[in-house]
Amino acid sequence: MSSKHKYLNDWAAYFDETGKVTRFAFRFFREAVKPPYEFRELLKQCYVIGYQSLFLVGLTGFIMGLVFDLQSRPTMIEFGAESFMPGMIGISIVREIGPVITALICAGKIGSSIGAELGSMKVTEQIDAMEVSGTNPFKYLVVTRIMAATLMLPILTIAADGIGLFGSYLIESYKGDVTFKLYINKVINILSFGDMVPSIIKTFFFGFAIGLIGCYKGYNSEKGTAGVGAAANVAVVIASLLVFVLDLIAVLISDIFYEL
Amino acid sequence: MKDNTPLIEIRDLHKSFGDHHVLNGFNMSLYEKENLVIVGKSGSGKSVLLKCIVRLVDIDSGTLNVLGQSIPDLQQEELDILRTDVGFLFQGSALYDSMTVRENLQFPLRRHSKRLQRPDEDKLILEALESVGLAHTLDLMPEELSGGMKRRVALARTLILQPKIILYDEPTSGLDPITAKEIIELILKVQNQYGTASLIITHDMDCARVISNRMIILVDGIDYGNGVYQELAISEDPKIRAFFK
Repeated sequence: MSSKHKYLNDWAAYFDETGKVTRFAFRFFREAVKPPYEFRELLKQCYVIGYQSLFLVGLTGFIMGLVFDLQSRPTMIEFGAESFMPGMIGISIVREIGPVITALICAGKIGSSIGAELGSMKVTEQIDAMEVSGTNPFKYLVVTRIMAATLMLPILTIAADGIGLFGSYLIESYKGDVTFKLYINKVINILSFGDMVPSIIKTFFFGFAIGLIGCYKGYNSEKGTAGVGAAANVAVVIASLLVFVLDLIAVLISDIFYEL
Repeated sequence: MKDNTPLIEIRDLHKSFGDHHVLNGFNMSLYEKENLVIVGKSGSGKSVLLKCIVRLVDIDSGTLNVLGQSIPDLQQEELDILRTDVGFLFQGSALYDSMTVRENLQFPLRRHSKRLQRPDEDKLILEALESVGLAHTLDLMPEELSGGMKRRVALARTLILQPKIILYDEPTSGLDPITAKEIIELILKVQNQYGTASLIITHDMDCARVISNRMIILVDGIDYGNGVYQELAISEDPKIRAFFK
């Protein structure tokens, strides 16, 4: 095969896959609004995706706050802007670093776990078994997981933001003798509605993308156990990439509103 | 044994995957309380046939009636109701590995008998497990069970909705001879106890000999041979004889 043909085939495969993911997403919306609703499984998935990720996300947020403060502090002092530290860190964490880092951690943890779980269920015929027992496996497995990821990611992000700011406060308190009340006041004074709302809204899309890609890859996994590993791996890679793409889109849209 | 109305009736069934023609005009009928065994080489389309019967795979053409209903023409809701009358024992058992044995049996029960009280539900689960001799495994996870035990629990899960037909996909594959014999005895016991009709896919001729009332030899996507085991065993046709060597 010539390199031109290979190039064209690669693009054809890319568009084919994009079309399939889009169809999968449309099916999610169709099935999500159609009764019966799987509330029990949705709650279970919220627990698995939300609560069981809280420690990892919290720890990452805490370290992020510590490191960010330690790294920025010398430069800010050099410019005589030490008093702006809480505000600068608050804006950075809430607007960008908190949502993106949380989404990337979740893409790794949740995306791979959903991809591997559904992939393994697919190759061991558990999904078929569910279907022949008269249960809609798409609704039971896919809809609940995508919804749980979409709902839990904003909550995890808020938690990571809070813990990250606390980490930053510890450094400020240790090195700059700032009280907790003063630190929080400075953060709150500088953060506006326009900083917080878009950053929370975009995390719903991050969660949706992570759940969608994990479920799509797992649900359509093939080629035995090797396929399960590939599904988990590809789910993480694509979900992480999508987080950045969605973040860029979100920032561009927010920018338009700022200019208005 | 035979009633005139077959529970499953298949006529001129065709199924292809791309250029690969798996079923090329396959015919069969399964009657009430009958054990029909289909034997064929690996890759001959036996499992595809079972999946067509429960519409896990769509057929290309032909007639496929189960319990008097045309499977390709059913709406999803109608199909889901019909599927409760057709149990399916998968080759690898397909137990839900994130659930205990109890939850595995609860799953189909709760979806189809929602008004059942907890004590009634527990009674049904225990009965189903007792019928396969595994009442003590109630709170174990599938990973804690041996291959034979998994097969038995999967059968109990199939039985809990009291289906009229059970489809067995290679029920003895991957099991040692003693466990395979136990599974065969269990299938016969279940058939006597529940009065189900069974369609068994296998390439284990010992299993076919013991279990079958009638056999179909699947060759080249068609029902090449059809009869009782003893008749087929003395056939002069080389393609049929190959299975009995």
